[in-house]
Amino acid sequence: MQRFFNNPDDIVDETVAGFVRAHRDMVTLSPDNPRVVVSNWAGTQGRVGVVTGGGSGHEPAFIGYTGRNMVDAVAVGELFSSPTAKAFHDAIRAADGGAGVAVLYGNYAGDNMNVKMARKMAARDDIAVDTVVANDDVCSAPASEREKRRGVAGEIFMWKVGAAKAAAGADLAGVIAAAQKAIDNCRSVGVGLAPCTLPAVGHPNFQIEPGKMEVGIGHHGEPGERVEDLRRADEVADDMVRIVLDDHALPAGTEVAVLVSGLGATPINELYVLYDRIERQIEAAGLKVWRPYVGNYFTSLDMVGVTLTVMALDDELKELLAVDTACPGF
Amino acid sequence: MDRIDADFVADALRRAAARLDAQRGWLCALDGEIGDGDHGTSMANGFDAIARALTATPPARTAEALRLAARAFLAEVGATAGPLYASAFLEAAARLNGPQDLPLDRLGELLAALAAGIARRGKAQPGDKTMLDVWLPAAQAAQRAARDGAELARIAADTRAAAAAARDETASLMAVRGRAARLQERSIGHLDPGAASGAEIIFALCDAVTDRASRGRAR
Repeated sequence: MQRFFNNPDDIVDETVAGFVRAHRDMVTLSPDNPRVVVSNWAGTQGRVGVVTGGGSGHEPAFIGYTGRNMVDAVAVGELFSSPTAKAFHDAIRAADGGAGVAVLYGNYAGDNMNVKMARKMAARDDIAVDTVVANDDVCSAPASEREKRRGVAGEIFMWKVGAAKAAAGADLAGVIAAAQKAIDNCRSVGVGLAPCTLPAVGHPNFQIEPGKMEVGIGHHGEPGERVEDLRRADEVADDMVRIVLDDHALPAGTEVAVLVSGLGATPINELYVLYDRIERQIEAAGLKVWRPYVGNYFTSLDMVGVTLTVMALDDELKELLAVDTACPGF
Repeated sequence: MDRIDADFVADALRRAAARLDAQRGWLCALDGEIGDGDHGTSMANGFDAIARALTATPPARTAEALRLAARAFLAEVGATAGPLYASAFLEAAARLNGPQDLPLDRLGELLAALAAGIARRGKAQPGDKTMLDVWLPAAQAAQRAARDGAELARIAADTRAAAAAARDETASLMAVRGRAARLQERSIGHLDPGAASGAEIIFALCDAVTDRASRGRAR
């Protein structure tokens, strides 16, 4: 493994330091907590605040979605580990503009526990907090147990929609409802070709054998639906579209937003190879791609792989997705 | 008899901080085998934060010491370990909040309270290859020894032995929770890092008991 780092224990602090330096036109580090990144527009009086947070190693998620008409404050965890409850609490305080705070995060055990405890702390500050828990990863649990599914790249649409709703002046319940609708309308699937390595560990904690791929893999290498021989890009794209649409019976003519994200070590050109086929397959299924996003939006260190997210749209979601934003990740 | 008072809790938690710091590398290596390799760092840093908080504002009451520990740990450690140990301390603070501190031979009740806090927050079952797999047997061993009328040194020795055995036993278990669950049967043969750090904390509590017991005899 050849990677750029100093002391592996310092990677997160150094990532955040470089991030806020590079994007100082949009974000700053909380003066109260070195593990909270705050939008330069956070805390606007009378506007609902939007908070997220999660483990590091997924850049540009989560910090990259902090900005104008986007997330107000992000709690930063260790690599692939939930942030502390205190970081979530400090993020909530930084985002608060007196109209309550929506915490929009992904369904992982650590995040659930830490957000729950942070919410209790915020109640003592008299800050109204409500949450939406993203669960868009189709292969992480059957449809009948959707509450067990993990959150993946659909979270980006959840943040965008929730934050745009807050920017439009909605109250906390309105922001929560919009973010919930966004994630309810999202389905995602991941395919992994090679595992990722935490620099402090030095070896991958799971393997994908040469010539194989793991269909349905999670953002931290959680097991997929199946391991099978690597196939041509078009066949992989077809499989991903099928998995996502099979879980999501959408009427013909439905407009969708499509997000294809690399997992960190997939060449960008391969994302376009996949996207070309993905869009044609989605349109062949009778849907209409309203807005595509292709790039490294939500990664997993140096994992080789890709995720596909499809969000079904209505007029409200289209309007909110179209709201002008400024953040490093988009 | 000596009691589980604020000084005892502070002494035990400082001992735990020292033990976890000494075992930092070993715990990280265990975690690197089946997890993300940072368990030693987060536990050592978390208990160091507790020790510093106890020095900064020495608590007068047992429950206060435990609540202070919860707060300090929660500010330092995320992942699942942060809320799990914070919940353990908060549960113990709620249960050990009587007008009079428990006598030291009821160590098992403190351990059981800590275990209950972990169980309530994490919802793990015995045998899931988690920290609970040392906390529950250690609490039971301490309570059993006390019921048998054992003296303090014996209660501590039994508890320590149960924790060590339970920790070693986790190697034979298959992880069903946390990141190690990814490995399924390949997690067998590896100690659970959370159980290993839990055993260190239990050893520290036992050290604090035997230290009090020997000082009591010397008096």
